[in-house]
Amino acid sequence: MTELIDGLYLQGEKIADTKAPHDVPIAQRWEQRKFNANLVNPANRRKLDVIVVGSGLAGGAAAASLGEQGYNVKCFFYQDSARRAHSIAAQGGINAAKNYRNDGDSVYRLFYDTVKGGDYRAREDNVYRLAEVSANIIDQCVAQGVPFAREYGGLLDNRSFGGVQVSRTFYARGQTGQQLLIGAYQALERQVHAGTVKEYRRHEMVELIVVDGRARGIVTRDMVTGKIDTHLADAVVLCTGGYGNVFFLSTNAMGCNATAIWRAYRKGAYFANPCYTQIHPTCIPQSGDFQSKLTLMSESLRNDGRIWVPKRAEDCDKDPREIPEEDRDYYLERIYPAFGNLVPRDIASRQAKNMCDEGRGVGPAIKERDAQGNERMMRRGVYLDFSEAIGRLGRDAVSARYGNLFEMYQRITGDDPYEVPMRIYPAVHYTMGGLWVDYDLESNIPGLYVAGEANFSDHGANRLGASALMQGLADGYFVLPDTMNDYLADMLREGKVDPDAPEIAEARRSVEDRVERLMALRGTRSVDDFHMALGRIMWEYCGMERRDEGLREAIGQIRALKEEFWRDARITGEAMELNQALEKAGRLLDFFELAELMCIDALHRRESCGGHFRAESQTPEGEALRHDDEFLYVAAWEWGGENQPPILHKEDLIYKDIELKQRSYK
Amino acid sequence: MNIKLKIWRQKNQNSKGHFEEYSMTGIEEHMSFLEVLDLLNEQLFAEGKEPVAFDSDCREGICGQCGVVINGQAHGPIRSTTCQLHMRHLAEDPSFKDGSTITIEPWRSTGFPVLKDLIVDRSALDRIVQAGGYISVNTGAAPEAHSVPVQKDKADAAFEAAACIGCGACVAACPNASAMLFTGAKISHLGLLPQGQPERLARVVNMLNQHDAEGFGGCTNIGECAAVCPKSVPLEVITRLNRDLGHALWKGQKTTA
Ligand SMILES: Cc1cc2nc3c(=O)[nH]c(=O)nc-3n(C[C@H](O)[C@H](O)[C@H](O)COP(=O)(O)OP(=O)(O)OC[C@H]3O[C@@H](n4cnc5c(N)ncnc54)[C@H](O)[C@@H]3O)c2cc1C
Ligand code: SF4
Ligand code: FES
Repeated sequence: MTELIDGLYLQGEKIADTKAPHDVPIAQRWEQRKFNANLVNPANRRKLDVIVVGSGLAGGAAAASLGEQGYNVKCFFYQDSARRAHSIAAQGGINAAKNYRNDGDSVYRLFYDTVKGGDYRAREDNVYRLAEVSANIIDQCVAQGVPFAREYGGLLDNRSFGGVQVSRTFYARGQTGQQLLIGAYQALERQVHAGTVKEYRRHEMVELIVVDGRARGIVTRDMVTGKIDTHLADAVVLCTGGYGNVFFLSTNAMGCNATAIWRAYRKGAYFANPCYTQIHPTCIPQSGDFQSKLTLMSESLRNDGRIWVPKRAEDCDKDPREIPEEDRDYYLERIYPAFGNLVPRDIASRQAKNMCDEGRGVGPAIKERDAQGNERMMRRGVYLDFSEAIGRLGRDAVSARYGNLFEMYQRITGDDPYEVPMRIYPAVHYTMGGLWVDYDLESNIPGLYVAGEANFSDHGANRLGASALMQGLADGYFVLPDTMNDYLADMLREGKVDPDAPEIAEARRSVEDRVERLMALRGTRSVDDFHMALGRIMWEYCGMERRDEGLREAIGQIRALKEEFWRDARITGEAMELNQALEKAGRLLDFFELAELMCIDALHRRESCGGHFRAESQTPEGEALRHDDEFLYVAAWEWGGENQPPILHKEDLIYKDIELKQRSYK
Repeated sequence: MNIKLKIWRQKNQNSKGHFEEYSMTGIEEHMSFLEVLDLLNEQLFAEGKEPVAFDSDCREGICGQCGVVINGQAHGPIRSTTCQLHMRHLAEDPSFKDGSTITIEPWRSTGFPVLKDLIVDRSALDRIVQAGGYISVNTGAAPEAHSVPVQKDKADAAFEAAACIGCGACVAACPNASAMLFTGAKISHLGLLPQGQPERLARVVNMLNQHDAEGFGGCTNIGECAAVCPKSVPLEVITRLNRDLGHALWKGQKTTA
């Protein structure tokens, strides 16, 4: 069965999700699944231990809800407070099929938009459930006191968001993620007070413990003292967010990393669609070599801002205000008249890149390296212009809608967007890939659950705006508490893991060895230096546009860089203390391996879909061309062992409730 | 521009700290303050010295993880988080010259022990929230969101208070090391909403007791907190807190378990 393909990976057996009850129509599956699930008697719940890694929307909500049910929960995170998880940074909003605007929205339409937006690479059952519980999320958050925007009548306000034609997005100015996370955090702290949840701040999960094929615990490093500990449980939930930082520069927080899911992958959990990366179209362009991260400007800006570049390259260094209307190319409105500036992210991003590649980008030229390693100066920016909106609505109305974003833009760039158009450019933002999970959000390792951005499930090859927050909270508040009961009921019979099981000591030893090996490095280059180099490879070859030969080149370069790391890196400080270089080094090692898998996945998928644009697969007009005949599946990768090729398992995607169509926004 | 940095170095919670000075050249004005520290760390690395430990995560002014005292001011001279401070903002100060010295210290307060260099432990703020900074609603038990309308001005005022990012600058700036702006922000956020009414009086008593138990000082209306707050949480939140507290004491509200 296993055949070596391309010298890079093995072809494994097909897999499928068996947990969604297919004997009932899609609208009844979730009810049916909940009904079929075993329950745990309230008095027995406190005997069961659950580890939740992550305190973002998914982890915070999961830990709070499981705690509320009476399970004995331990919640781990690397920040100093649960409230600082990366979900805090989400700006734009959260979708829900409430149809408060009477504009034709419904559970089915949200389901339909999400599957289409994901370019038909998401699983129908999971997405339908997401749309179904979306309305409960808003109820839950409002009851917790999340201060969503309201209208004068006292009811909730909505707006529309990229890629959809109804107003179903709930928001709290430009701080929706913050407000939702504070809601989940408060629910979590309530459980800490009640004694059902114990928090482990500044603790990093560095290994998964698997005993007799089941997830039984984790190994952590206390980031203040350096102490390495094992924690055992009856089930483990990973809610550790995305891995966009493999690109070094991204809109993700500095600490975002792949370690938790990568360690699980190495213990046998399948990693699905690793190459699916979302590039967000409205970020502040990079301004120099020293840059540590990129800043997102909320996509809601596209509701009123118009995107353009000069028609002629000669005009690119002019003051934009002096370029007359007839010399501006509002390219999205021109190419996609039905959606205009609100086309989905992948399309908006790629067109911005095309404009800059054509030499019509704006802003200062910055140094970049092309695929052959040659340096060139390129302008990487397009205008996002509010002058028309200011004329139409008045400065005050624009400021009421976007004031805080304008302020943030001005603070970072020094330019006043009320006077001069903003400059934006795409940046790595979200990873749709993640650990493979079934309908229950359980990975193929029994007892290992994965939720939020860390799993692969709901977004396909491209994520629509305002749907990640929805997924995180749906998973944490409404899905896991029901599906985990089923597993935990079994564990009650199964009994506790033997603390002397050799796998536990072995997991711990492997962590200690790794720390020791890292601390012994005595080279000349810093961890950040290597991370930056990895990021450049990934952005160049596995970024917005990918080609066969580029991806092969990248795999070679990544391997070489990793070897170089072991030869020439140096870790400062000591192991048994707060040591940020050591933390980063551990994460980088996992990024090296993940980066290679991302390139292999991108290489094997010889089609363009969503955020994954293969140059070899495009329509005559340069749009992404999918190949449903060949690639209508989830690519679930299995770790093949140290220096061995990974094994590809395909899960066929079956569309029964939605007709497959070529995605068009024209 | 060329600058000197005078930075607090402290190995761990139990050791004594001291200042060290470093010179840097070629700093560009559109660099953020934390990127200057990144650069300093690359420089220290090249010299074979241990980098300066400091906290940051989002670097977008929203997570509240960064935060140091710069030239005596929490988060530096403009009202923002440390990660959103740029060198051009420092250079706008007329006393700033080429070669100026910038002093950088961790948050100063007994409630926030230093863990290393510029990193402090702010878990006391979480414990204040644990004492009652929430609305008790079990998952799945919530009424339909539109069943409770909220007056827009109340919702806006609640939002203003809810904007607190828990950075702790208010504590660092306060001569009494009081965390009243932080605590008041939560009390205002929840107390202004209809959903927050049932637990309103118990909340203020419970949270304040915890605030005092953590060793934070009382508020004597100095106002330094609101002046440095990067999210412009208004001083009014403390007035509201005091009003609720008065009300609670008058009603004989006791702490709840
Ligand atoms: C700038 C920005 C704006 C966004 N705007 C929107 C928006 O408007 N709408 C929308 O729907 N989505 C938005 N998103 C996407 C969305 O915010 C994220 O996808 C989502 O919040 C992820 O939530 P999560 O709970 O899965 O993970 P996170 O919130 O990233 O939480 C991860 C948690 O895991 C912990 N962790 C990670 N690794 C480890 C480890 N090894 N050990 C211990 N703990 C660990 C962290 O400490 C953290 O608590 C935005 C994203 C960004 C970057
Ligand atoms: S009130 Fe302001 S200064 Fe104090 S913690 Fe909140 S955001 Fe920071
Ligand atoms: S790093 Fe998040 S607020 Fe500064």
